[in-house]
Amino acid sequence: MAQIIGKIIRISGPVIEADNMRGAKMNDVVHVGKERLIGEIIRLNQDVATMQVYEDTTGLKPGEIVESTQEPLSVELGPGLITSIYDGIQRPLPAIREHTGAFIARGVQAFSLDRKKKWLFTPEAQKGDAVVGGDVIGEVPETSHIQHKIMVPPLLTGIIASIASEGKYTIEEEIATITTNNGPVKITMMQRWPVRKARPFIEKYDPTVPLITGQRIIDTFFPIAKGGTAAIPGGFGTGKTVMLHQLAKWSDAKIVVYVGCGERGNEMTDVLREFPMLEDPRTGEPLINRTVLIANTSNMPVAARDASVYTGITIAEYYRDMGYDVALMADSTSRWAEAMREISGRLEEMPGEEGYPAYLASRLAEFYERAGRVKLLGSKHREGSVSVMGAVSPPGGDFSEPVAQNTLRIVKVFWALDADLADKRHFPSINWLKSYSLYLEEVGKWWEQQVGKDWLNLINRAMALLQKESELQEIVKLVGPDALPPRERVLLESARMIREHYLQQSAFHEVDTYCPGKKQYEMLRLMLKFSEKILEAAEKHAHIDKILALPSREVLARMGKMANDEFEQRFHQIEDDLEKELDALIKEKIA
Amino acid sequence: MKNTDIEYTTVTEIAGPLMVVESITDVAYNEIVKIRTSSGEERTGQVIEVFENKAIVQVFEGTRGLDTKHTSARFIGETMKLGVSKEIIGRVFDGMGNPLDHIPSIISEDRRDINGKPINPYAREYPQEFIQTGISTIDGLNTLVRGQKLPIFSGSGLPHNELAAQIARQAKVRGNEEKFAVVFCAMGITAEEANLFIKDFENTGSLERTVMFLNLADDPTVERIILPRMALTCAEYLAFDLDMHVLVILTDMTNYAEALREIAAAREEVPGRRGYPGYMYTDLSMIYERAGRIQQKKGSITQIPMLTMPDDDITHPIPDLTGYITEGQIVLDRGLHKKNIYPPIAVLPCLSRLMDRGIGKDRTREDHADVANQLYAAYAEGRDLRDLVAIVGEDALSERDQQFLKFADQFEQRFVAQSSHENRSIEQTLSIAWELLSALPDSELKKIDEKYIKKYHLKIKEKKTI
Ligand SMILES: Nc1ncnc2c1ncn2[C@@H]1O[C@H](COP(=O)(O)OP(=O)(O)O)[C@@H](O)[C@H]1O
Ligand SMILES: [Mg+2]
Repeated sequence: MAQIIGKIIRISGPVIEADNMRGAKMNDVVHVGKERLIGEIIRLNQDVATMQVYEDTTGLKPGEIVESTQEPLSVELGPGLITSIYDGIQRPLPAIREHTGAFIARGVQAFSLDRKKKWLFTPEAQKGDAVVGGDVIGEVPETSHIQHKIMVPPLLTGIIASIASEGKYTIEEEIATITTNNGPVKITMMQRWPVRKARPFIEKYDPTVPLITGQRIIDTFFPIAKGGTAAIPGGFGTGKTVMLHQLAKWSDAKIVVYVGCGERGNEMTDVLREFPMLEDPRTGEPLINRTVLIANTSNMPVAARDASVYTGITIAEYYRDMGYDVALMADSTSRWAEAMREISGRLEEMPGEEGYPAYLASRLAEFYERAGRVKLLGSKHREGSVSVMGAVSPPGGDFSEPVAQNTLRIVKVFWALDADLADKRHFPSINWLKSYSLYLEEVGKWWEQQVGKDWLNLINRAMALLQKESELQEIVKLVGPDALPPRERVLLESARMIREHYLQQSAFHEVDTYCPGKKQYEMLRLMLKFSEKILEAAEKHAHIDKILALPSREVLARMGKMANDEFEQRFHQIEDDLEKELDALIKEKIA
Repeated sequence: MKNTDIEYTTVTEIAGPLMVVESITDVAYNEIVKIRTSSGEERTGQVIEVFENKAIVQVFEGTRGLDTKHTSARFIGETMKLGVSKEIIGRVFDGMGNPLDHIPSIISEDRRDINGKPINPYAREYPQEFIQTGISTIDGLNTLVRGQKLPIFSGSGLPHNELAAQIARQAKVRGNEEKFAVVFCAMGITAEEANLFIKDFENTGSLERTVMFLNLADDPTVERIILPRMALTCAEYLAFDLDMHVLVILTDMTNYAEALREIAAAREEVPGRRGYPGYMYTDLSMIYERAGRIQQKKGSITQIPMLTMPDDDITHPIPDLTGYITEGQIVLDRGLHKKNIYPPIAVLPCLSRLMDRGIGKDRTREDHADVANQLYAAYAEGRDLRDLVAIVGEDALSERDQQFLKFADQFEQRFVAQSSHENRSIEQTLSIAWELLSALPDSELKKIDEKYIKKYHLKIKEKKTI
């Protein structure tokens, strides 16, 4: 291939132009200047290429050279991804630290995956097997509980001419040869894939199984399905990051990819510090052993924000292709959109709404479209899923802006954060009247089969109570609570119970932080039973103050923080006590 | 001839704070330019966009008096730097980093690029060391920790300067005598306001541990773009070379943002929200993210940026983008100020994101988190009732609700209010909290673990001792 070497003619922040670039292709990676900074071609006009540079351009001069690698921006995929923390273009932050110390300098070249490490490979195919892209030909124990499947790269078909025997190999060593129509192809444990292109699959299915998150308001009222999409918009301090961290910790996904896009450095440090110490409640293994981190913090180069999102989703698809359920969190997609806006502004493109480029909506849609539960490539029937959860940071907390609006048109779950709730320290501050999940009915069937057959009924009753509360509160605002009839005051108390002790859940309490599905079901059932009983008591003229003073009311309030095994043993007792107390109260009135 | 010796007299265009120099060669992006006016005055500028033979230069001292005929420009071959050495402590500099205190320039050990470099998240140490400020609403409810960036959102005429000075005066990490320094960075504030700080530093004897960077109200606005960068370069040197714990006060970030807007307008960029540039978030983060701690380094940078919210509007882009980057915010409120409550901290919209990991057993006290949550919840409820009472009257409230109403008043009078010289220990703060909470029915204290209620609740404690 002929070299393509051009010369810089303009530098404007992260955007540069070079001429003499004829032959270069859109989205190819370039090396810029003496320090060989990494950039990507984003516009071509005759001989002139415009590039976004993923590193600080200070000190670059017109006249310096630009060399095209003639390859699109790609990631390395193979064993060693898990537990890694990468920058937006998949350079490992530990390696950068080794090169340049505590502060990130530019021009660092580092492999994404360790070239020297040897992994234990066990073949799962034999010489002579006919294989197609996606077929698993071997396995590597990547971490204590993740088996990394070594797959035939997509788009390849042939016969295995040779395959390595069980043993330790590096990711560059040949582990198989496949004879194809175009001759033999060497297979290693590493693949490369261009980040802006979705990895192929055969067919998309409707998501039906819930991604259990251990967060009551989500699992119960606004669930996300495995392979689904959700957005969590909210002003600053309303709880986006804490919620995404909670989801990264407690979701029952096999693999978690967490993309910190244009947010705080300390938040990534927090994950790095905490995840090795936290245990996955299902496997007992450290959470970090299923997690890949991508960090392009707000003070890191803007152009790499765009790349970070694509890097993350490509890695997620790769693990999906192994047949796993993968969950990806992106905090925050608004910073990615702003990066698009900044680059677009420097390109002097025609601005759309609020200065965002006209292609904002299609880029967001393409990204969320890469989520899904799919039938995987390969000769055997296998499924995998990628669920995507994105934070949105609307200016002034106003959801009518373009990023929030365009996102809501695509995603199936909307967790609406509410600044008033956050101010009152009602956490998670997800507004239960504004949020929705289009998966509720579908995953409800799963709950009814697996957990409790009246699940959807419980949810509907609880939601009706909360709706009723909000109507009553409008009246209270006019006449005061004392003016309400006893029946309605009791309703308010029931709703308050659900609001304060079911919807609210502390991320920082060692027990409350994760609520198992069974516990959610029993808690909700008990609270609704209580609600029913006190309503009956009120109708039989029991005094509201007596109802409020019932000891079980306090016990119910503390269920969330009660140790899970203790709860498991006690909930029947709690139910009995509650019934006894209320029956006594009702009898007393009737007598 | 080296390029750095060439005096270009090819200025072709001047607009707002920008000028265009043509027929240039070998000029780098972000390079510094020395400009000489026709009267011989020297100014400084920076290349913000460069073409093959043309550079766009932003002039820090402004373009007044520049012309396209006699003005000359020399490109110095490097970016903006600040000379640092141990002698920097105790000194005062202007917006360009020149000494203002009539002592000769420092002999620098090193010259550092003022734009700094991002801290590798993998090298950060998570901040969790409690700083006691002696102010109950901060220590009790929005705890500050070493390495945090915690801004004060204020409004014009509110006592944010007094509050910042009080924090600077009282802040300490208990049980430790460590090297500390203050970096004070004034952007566009009045001489009077600056003097308030200087006097205070003088009175408490911390002046010799303070480095000041001053750009006052009548100084050139564009300098405000580089001033916080110089201040933070200095802070990084003190913290990570000299192992000091540095408190950086940046005031007023609103003036900084205005300067940013001015340049964007001159470049005829597509404006973002309310005329501020779309990249303001990124730009501000380059300042705020320079707070923090680094593994294996002893020092730290704690930032208290201050800003006045235009029109007291917290959704204005300046407080909004700041809040999206900083690790919480302390919000001042005009209503409380009118009620004569100092510090007029509006507790509900305040936040310290690093609080949860900085408090509790061995850090402050075991009951701290629960107490803070309960205070918040009770005060929020009391405040809601206050609104309700305004419509339906107090009689329409139940006895329980009346207790919450009273709680809200007491909370403002006794917990929030304190004098500007009152330095409360965290124990004092928590004991005021328990006094207030003990007036509520104890079945309402559901945010507090029963074991702490038994231990700290005034009435329940008494009952036990009888
Ligand atoms: N589930 C939760 N439990 C307890 N506190 C929470 C919870 N969610 C949010 N918070 C509080 O709110 C603060 C801000 O949350 P964060 O997720 O950082 O907001 P955002 O990312 O929306 O700006 C946190 O520092 C924490 O104090
Ligand atoms: Mg956040």
